[in-house]
Amino acid sequence: MERETYLNAGYGLKSWLLTRDHKRIGLLYLFTITLFFFIGGAFATLIRMELMTPQGGLVSSETYNKLFTMHGVAMIFFFLIPSIPATLGNFFLPMMIGARDLAFPRINLLSWYLLVVGGLFALFAMLAGGVDTGWTFYTPYSTTYSNSWVIATALGIFVAGFSSILTGLNFIVTVHRMRAPGMTWFRLPLFVWANYATALIQVLGTPVLAVTIVLVFCERVFHIGIFDPALGGDPVLFQHLFWFYSHPAVYIMVLPAMGVISELVSTFSRKPVFGYKIVAFSSMAIAVLGFLVWGHHLFVSTQSVYAGLVFSFLSYFVAIPSAIKVFNWTATLYKGSISFATPMLYAFGFIGLFTIGGLTGLFVASLGIDVHVTDTYFVVAHFHYIMVGGTIMAYLGGLHFWWPKMTGRMYPELWARLSALVIFLGFNLTFFPQFILGYLGMPRRYHVYPPEFQVLHVMSTAGASILAVGYLMPMVYLIWSLRYGKPAPANPWGATGLEWKTASPPPLHNFDETPVVEHEVYDYSAVVGEGI
Amino acid sequence: MLFLVAVATFFTLGIFAAIFYFAIRYRRRSATELPVAQHGAMVLEIVWTVIPFALTMVMFGWGAEIFLRESHAPKDALQVFVVAKQWMWKLQHTEGKREINELHIPVGRAVRLTMTSEDVIHSFFVPAFRTKQDVVPGKYSTTWFKPTKAGKYHLFCAEYCGTRHSGMTGWIYVMEPQDYANWMRGGAPSESLADDGARLFKELACANCHKADNTGRCPSLAGVYGSTVKLTTGETVTADEAYIRESILQPNAKIVAGYPPAMPTFQGLVTEEGMLQLVEYIRSLGGKPAAGGAH
Amino acid sequence: MAGHPQTETLALREQFNTEAQQKDAATLGMWIFLITEIMFFGGLFLAYTVYRRWYADTFAVASSSLNVYLGAANTVVLLCSSLTMVLAVRAAQLGKRRALVMFLILTLVLGGVFLGVKAYEWNQKFVEHHIPGPNFHFEGAAQQGPAQLFFSLYFAMTGLHALHMVIGAGLLLMLIVQAGRGRYTAAYMTPVDVVGLYWHFVDIIWIFLFPLLYLIDRHLGR
Repeated sequence: MERETYLNAGYGLKSWLLTRDHKRIGLLYLFTITLFFFIGGAFATLIRMELMTPQGGLVSSETYNKLFTMHGVAMIFFFLIPSIPATLGNFFLPMMIGARDLAFPRINLLSWYLLVVGGLFALFAMLAGGVDTGWTFYTPYSTTYSNSWVIATALGIFVAGFSSILTGLNFIVTVHRMRAPGMTWFRLPLFVWANYATALIQVLGTPVLAVTIVLVFCERVFHIGIFDPALGGDPVLFQHLFWFYSHPAVYIMVLPAMGVISELVSTFSRKPVFGYKIVAFSSMAIAVLGFLVWGHHLFVSTQSVYAGLVFSFLSYFVAIPSAIKVFNWTATLYKGSISFATPMLYAFGFIGLFTIGGLTGLFVASLGIDVHVTDTYFVVAHFHYIMVGGTIMAYLGGLHFWWPKMTGRMYPELWARLSALVIFLGFNLTFFPQFILGYLGMPRRYHVYPPEFQVLHVMSTAGASILAVGYLMPMVYLIWSLRYGKPAPANPWGATGLEWKTASPPPLHNFDETPVVEHEVYDYSAVVGEGI
Repeated sequence: MLFLVAVATFFTLGIFAAIFYFAIRYRRRSATELPVAQHGAMVLEIVWTVIPFALTMVMFGWGAEIFLRESHAPKDALQVFVVAKQWMWKLQHTEGKREINELHIPVGRAVRLTMTSEDVIHSFFVPAFRTKQDVVPGKYSTTWFKPTKAGKYHLFCAEYCGTRHSGMTGWIYVMEPQDYANWMRGGAPSESLADDGARLFKELACANCHKADNTGRCPSLAGVYGSTVKLTTGETVTADEAYIRESILQPNAKIVAGYPPAMPTFQGLVTEEGMLQLVEYIRSLGGKPAAGGAH
Repeated sequence: MAGHPQTETLALREQFNTEAQQKDAATLGMWIFLITEIMFFGGLFLAYTVYRRWYADTFAVASSSLNVYLGAANTVVLLCSSLTMVLAVRAAQLGKRRALVMFLILTLVLGGVFLGVKAYEWNQKFVEHHIPGPNFHFEGAAQQGPAQLFFSLYFAMTGLHALHMVIGAGLLLMLIVQAGRGRYTAAYMTPVDVVGLYWHFVDIIWIFLFPLLYLIDRHLGR
């Protein structure tokens, strides 16, 4: 008799599309964002192919401009922002705190539908001819001069924004009100702290993006003049409004990843994270400080010199909590029991690449240096190191870590380790040359470029082809494992955390009885023997 | 830059080395081993907070100092005017010489650019000079540099501006003084910017009110450039190029004390280039030289 | 207290352990949602503040062309509707079904009055050619651009507010129907509570909009 799990508790399309189960919703998100990842990846492939030669030739300038715009839009709004919170967070946050579900399961499902609807708008724009404003859609180009599908894309992002807001709202209420008896704040896994801090940013920042999009829409349709200098408006006002959200947005993308890394480093060293409270507070500090630094995107955009000084100063502040995390993770390894399972390899990759990406953030935070490197490939490399070298590696690490719990199957370890290595090498070859390109003066968003930059571009494209293989491999073997993977025990890694106390895959209501928490967090003495 | 690279390399190698070492030294040797939990050490946390913070403050200070220096052009800088439009750079020297996508300047002299855009936001980027400044429609932005070596240097547009953004490039030619003088003399004779401005001033009938002998309804503009002006609201402002531009496009935004709000707007009647010519003409009427102000 | 999945009721959905927990969660959820709404309106308030500083004179003149009496009357109407809403919540807490329905209807009516007055005001603007667009013309301002900016922001802000009122009216209608059917008791009146919070918030937004748009620098405009 087959044990009842959340996967077989109902069959058919309706049971998935009308589900209230946070675990199924997590999988719905997994499917959706993976789709958008490959769409964004397809655009990236075309971009890198085009950039192999200085004069292009594969696509026209207009098409190229659409490619980098849609790559950014797809990856940021429809992949990265939802990624970890909406898949791993949705699935595991309730379980980690000992709850049966999120506070508002139907709103959770609504969040997913909003992402899908927003995604359909964006897809429509892409198929109908594309949008060419850059994902940052600066005015007045986006409001007055672009002849592309700006409004459809903007509407897609607007709708997807509400998906993000509602997920954040759900998480905050859940963490406050649904913790099991004995689950105090300082017994929460760091993944929960990270998602909580992220949720705060989502609810406070995203509405500002929403109203900015409303203004762009009004400007484009009604020509009200809010960003049009001919009518008395200020195009730079848009930049302030846009970056007020979009800077905290990058912390939406990286904080959950850091939460994953805390779990991985702890589990695969079999030790509590060094400085648990500090790491928890550092997530909160990043969330708060992240709202104070948006002007560092406007250093050369005619923002006042004094504002520049303030924003540069504060930008250095926000670097410190991230550095603290890296040091604490490293210290966790000290005298630990280190396993090199795939999730841990991804964690190592994250720490290394995030360190590089974060340190280059110090470069762009410096007013003097930023004048030279802003709007060049240096910045492109900086943010890809953090979002791809960082977030995506953490996401894959988390996916592998929790795969047995979600699916009841083990993935093939050898292939997984190989992919992690291929991704690490491919990534560095793709993006490290871009630091040099930027420093030498190669501007971003350039379709054609002077021939002296070609060698570095070819290296970057070579790396991209390796990276692409690295990303395709998990697609193949993870799907393979669904059928042929070894059945997974409840706690294959010997991890602490309430989610490992229940079967793999979990039953519909997560726990047969509401857990009562008596141990401190990351207490490995309590799970000795599990996972062998 | 070198300082940052050094610090970044130090920390990168440090973290990589520590992880590499710990991972190997403390690798799992038995399936049941249980390490002793170490929950944290406040002293360590403070040390590795304070030291990086101190380093970042050094980075901030250094970068800020460079930025502040870059934001004030020297008073004797050569003035060049730039109008950006999709997808070309239009430059004009005060003597009147115009260039498209090229700028010839002498080596060893500071050059100050006053820039605006006719359409979308562009950005004037010369990597070799470590110069970059957004060029925004509806306002002037300024930057300055002092080339130290003769040669030919890339000029790029660094703010995405549409289809031919990557084609909006050019060259800066830094020349030895003699070559520069020759170049200035060559080509078709052209009127200086100020002369162009004088002509526009007459064509647009500005002289009817702004009489030079102060008998008109409006203040004479002799000596006004760079001076401090008192407004009807009691505030004082410096009459820089932004003020002059605003006065032409939105005359009622700031009215000089003692005068009526009688000036009509010239929005739509003057192009950006015409605006720059008028500014140059008014500057040529005397007054303090171009103030700093990188924005 | 074991956490076995219980029979689901309105007052106790299966993810919650106690009714108090569910009510707490719903209330917290609404408060957080209202904070997101503050951020949403905040962007418009910021744009308004920036342009008000830039074009103080034009904005003062444009502001004076708004009908301050209608604006004030609407403010009173909305404040009264918040009162009736609070009375509705109180009635629900006491389990008084008829009073609850009556106060909800009163709130809806007052909301309708507000929207009606707003519609009249907007119509006035249309007649006076103050609606931004190709037919815009504002006497009393030398530059039409900034004047149009004022009205664009006026319509954006009051329009967004009106949209929220319409949504609120919809929610009230739902409550009236459900309350009429006796769905709310003293033990379970969370939806009334939560809609009440929303309604008060929409009221507070107007309390900020009215002075900002109608009152500040009014004397300068004449």
